[in-house]
Amino acid sequence: MPDSSTRPRDAALGTGLGRVLLLVYGIFALSASARALVQISTHFDEAPLAYLLSAFAGLVYLSATVGLAVGGIRGRLIALVSCSIELIGVLAVGLLSIADAVAFPDDTVWSKFGSGYGYVPLVLPFIGLWWIWRHRPRPGDASS
Amino acid sequence: MNGPLSVATIIAALVLAAWYLLRSALNRAPSRFDLLAAVVLSALVAVLVVVAVVGLFDGSRPSDTATFAGYLITTIAFTPVAAYLARLEPTRWGSLILGIACLVIPVLVLRLQQIASVTGA
Repeated sequence: MPDSSTRPRDAALGTGLGRVLLLVYGIFALSASARALVQISTHFDEAPLAYLLSAFAGLVYLSATVGLAVGGIRGRLIALVSCSIELIGVLAVGLLSIADAVAFPDDTVWSKFGSGYGYVPLVLPFIGLWWIWRHRPRPGDASS
Repeated sequence: MNGPLSVATIIAALVLAAWYLLRSALNRAPSRFDLLAAVVLSALVAVLVVVAVVGLFDGSRPSDTATFAGYLITTIAFTPVAAYLARLEPTRWGSLILGIACLVIPVLVLRLQQIASVTGA
């Protein structure tokens, strides 16, 4: 990245590419939560597991958004945990929804590795984790 | 919801998306013109939403009115939020924010059309 040389090392987690991630995580937090809300409030009995997973995914995206926005050591930790859960979630649900379609009669954000969302849910945690890793506290930092 | 206004919005958003992504790829921060274009797109989207809201009060409502309303609120608020974030980020990433926003707008409009086409008559 050409701008990495001009970007201060201690720049906040939520600036630069981090702000792009903030927007994308925000979009997913909203869409997954809203989807879960509609599904659970209107036809919960049809696929309870899938709808609870939708709600869980919404919460994970929400906490990742908050972590990125808060920044600092605590925000970074929140974002790190959220993105890790997100990665495990999208891989596990992606595999299960293909292997055991009966348990997932209705889609979630993470079904089939997020194919309904242009596979963005599959790519997003990798970018998020890479960005958080790049912002790990370094031995020389006063704040670490 | 299926009128020329929707088509115009989608095309405008896609053209702008291409422009913003190009700007980001060339390592350019959003210029005044870029931000102004985002405001114009916001206005276009706002008109679309107002037309849709007026449409709710005469004749057929979508069977899923609550979801429709949720999408309308999201749609009208979305571009201004993205433009605000882009203004905070005077780097290539600001252009990328605008580019992503302009890719999401057509999805929102298409979803609105989809929900509107299912009327519970």
